[in-house]
Amino acid sequence: MTLAIHATDLVRVFGDNAAVNGVSLSIPRGEIYGFLGPNGAGKSTAVRMLTTLLNPTSGTAFVAGHDIQNDTENVRLRIGVALQDAALDPKQTGREILDMQGRLYGLNKTERHTRVKELLTLVNIDDAIDNRISTYSGGMKRRLDLAAALVHQPQVLFLDEPTTGLDPVSRSTVWDEVRYLNRELGMTIFLTTQYLEEADALADRVGIIAKGRIVAEGTPTELKRSIGSDVIAVRISSSDGERARQCLGNIAGVDAVEVNGEQLIVSAANGAAVVSPVAVALSENDIAVAELTLRTPTLDDVFLHTTGARMQADEVPA
Amino acid sequence: MSNSTRTPTSTLDSHEQSRVTARRAGFFRDLGSVALRALRLVSRDSEAVLPALIIPIFFLLVNIGALQSFVEENLPPGFDFKGFQIPVSVVFAVTGISRAGSLVLDVQDGYLDRLLLTPVSRSTLLMGLMVADFVVVILMTIPVIILGALIGVSFATGFAGQLVFILIAATWGLAFTGFPYAIALRTGNPVAVNNAFLLFFPFAFLTTAFIPQEQMTGWLSTVADYNPTTYLLAGMRSLILTGWDGTALFQAALAIVLVGAVSFTLAFAALRGRVKHR
Repeated sequence: MTLAIHATDLVRVFGDNAAVNGVSLSIPRGEIYGFLGPNGAGKSTAVRMLTTLLNPTSGTAFVAGHDIQNDTENVRLRIGVALQDAALDPKQTGREILDMQGRLYGLNKTERHTRVKELLTLVNIDDAIDNRISTYSGGMKRRLDLAAALVHQPQVLFLDEPTTGLDPVSRSTVWDEVRYLNRELGMTIFLTTQYLEEADALADRVGIIAKGRIVAEGTPTELKRSIGSDVIAVRISSSDGERARQCLGNIAGVDAVEVNGEQLIVSAANGAAVVSPVAVALSENDIAVAELTLRTPTLDDVFLHTTGARMQADEVPA
Repeated sequence: MSNSTRTPTSTLDSHEQSRVTARRAGFFRDLGSVALRALRLVSRDSEAVLPALIIPIFFLLVNIGALQSFVEENLPPGFDFKGFQIPVSVVFAVTGISRAGSLVLDVQDGYLDRLLLTPVSRSTLLMGLMVADFVVVILMTIPVIILGALIGVSFATGFAGQLVFILIAATWGLAFTGFPYAIALRTGNPVAVNNAFLLFFPFAFLTTAFIPQEQMTGWLSTVADYNPTTYLLAGMRSLILTGWDGTALFQAALAIVLVGAVSFTLAFAALRGRVKHR
């Protein structure tokens, strides 16, 4: 298997804080890898290291077969990057930004002209391409930033929270573009996100990062299965959490009980079979139930299971 | 490979891509690309350039109006105070002219990171801006020479002298740009860059800006002896007032080289610090 990204024990320390603390990755070519975690988990620091903007404190990584520390130029020739904040010059036009990118990647005039034309169609900003960036909406900036990352047809594309702050329509457009680039061009895509739905919908595999470490990794289906087939989510008073855990833990068919504030998560192979005993047990123990739902697990449940906390941003913004 | 659940848009379905291969553009193409962008932005940044031209012209007219009679009365007959002041006006106009403010914005907007993600030669990120500065300084010197001609200042060295005058002004402007760039790259702070002109105060005022050195006394005369601007102004004035003077021109060139050596050392050290992936 040819790896597009291969990192071993990457560490990055700022002062006393290890922003990334031993991240190892093996991402084959052609995969969409979702790097999922809350704000401050270390996602962007990991991206900055893998894209040569930041040296690791320790550890090694190869991107497109080249060392990120000792062969930076070859890495840069093979990667495209759209950072968390669209990195654009507001006084230039979209066309000027794309043309400049093409120049710096050594494309000749014909190639640049062709690529700009193709990218305009891809990211759907034809009408505004000769306007200055300062007049663009947030979604247009993101799409132009993506286009700038694609001018030279990179082998590996890094997208750092590409839909944060976007409206649903723009988000949907970016998702379509990501799928297209992966499916039609075979591009490996390393996508960081704090949105569970995004990782679930886009990624072939997901790595969940918390406090600088990868705490779980696998396909979204594998990760969700790892905590059981079904989840019973119960909302109770936070003061009843420990009692609830004790009274539910002994019910036959319950695999695990986790408490996070007012949220009680009961994992079970067959949720339908245990939902009634769970409700009865809570009632018999005088634990008031505000809400009880039976559902399949989400990546948020996986995050809770592996870190003991919920993701802060657990919804894609409306 | 993706577990896609959406139907791609028709735009994407119909989209076809040519194949290109990324490669190093090379030093000179990188330099040209960065300089071209910087020059393009100058034309969109007139609010930063025009005052730098207007203020020295204002001072030229005020200084001549206020001091011409006084200075000429105290000097041997034939002293041309207008010609004496033209280099001061040019030096005031071109010193500190740089794209450092724009560089700070690139740092803040993240655009510098976008450039650093490409295989661009790192030194051209600064040198390209300096090329643009050089062109701008030339363009700013010409109106002052024209104004000088309008108020009766002629060059003893003729048209060739005017070209050398412009060259000296441009290289001086270039030599001084290292200071604001060093501040921009070290701090990433626009306020600090805006205050960089304060660095020019000792260069500008502890020298022969308003009266000839032989009229200066005491500590100011001593300081002026060690101020490179003194020799710069002497070289430029020689082209207007006395004719070709090899010694004056050599000393002016030496002053430029010395200031440039210091400022460029600081600027490129700051660039290395900014791009070394700390």
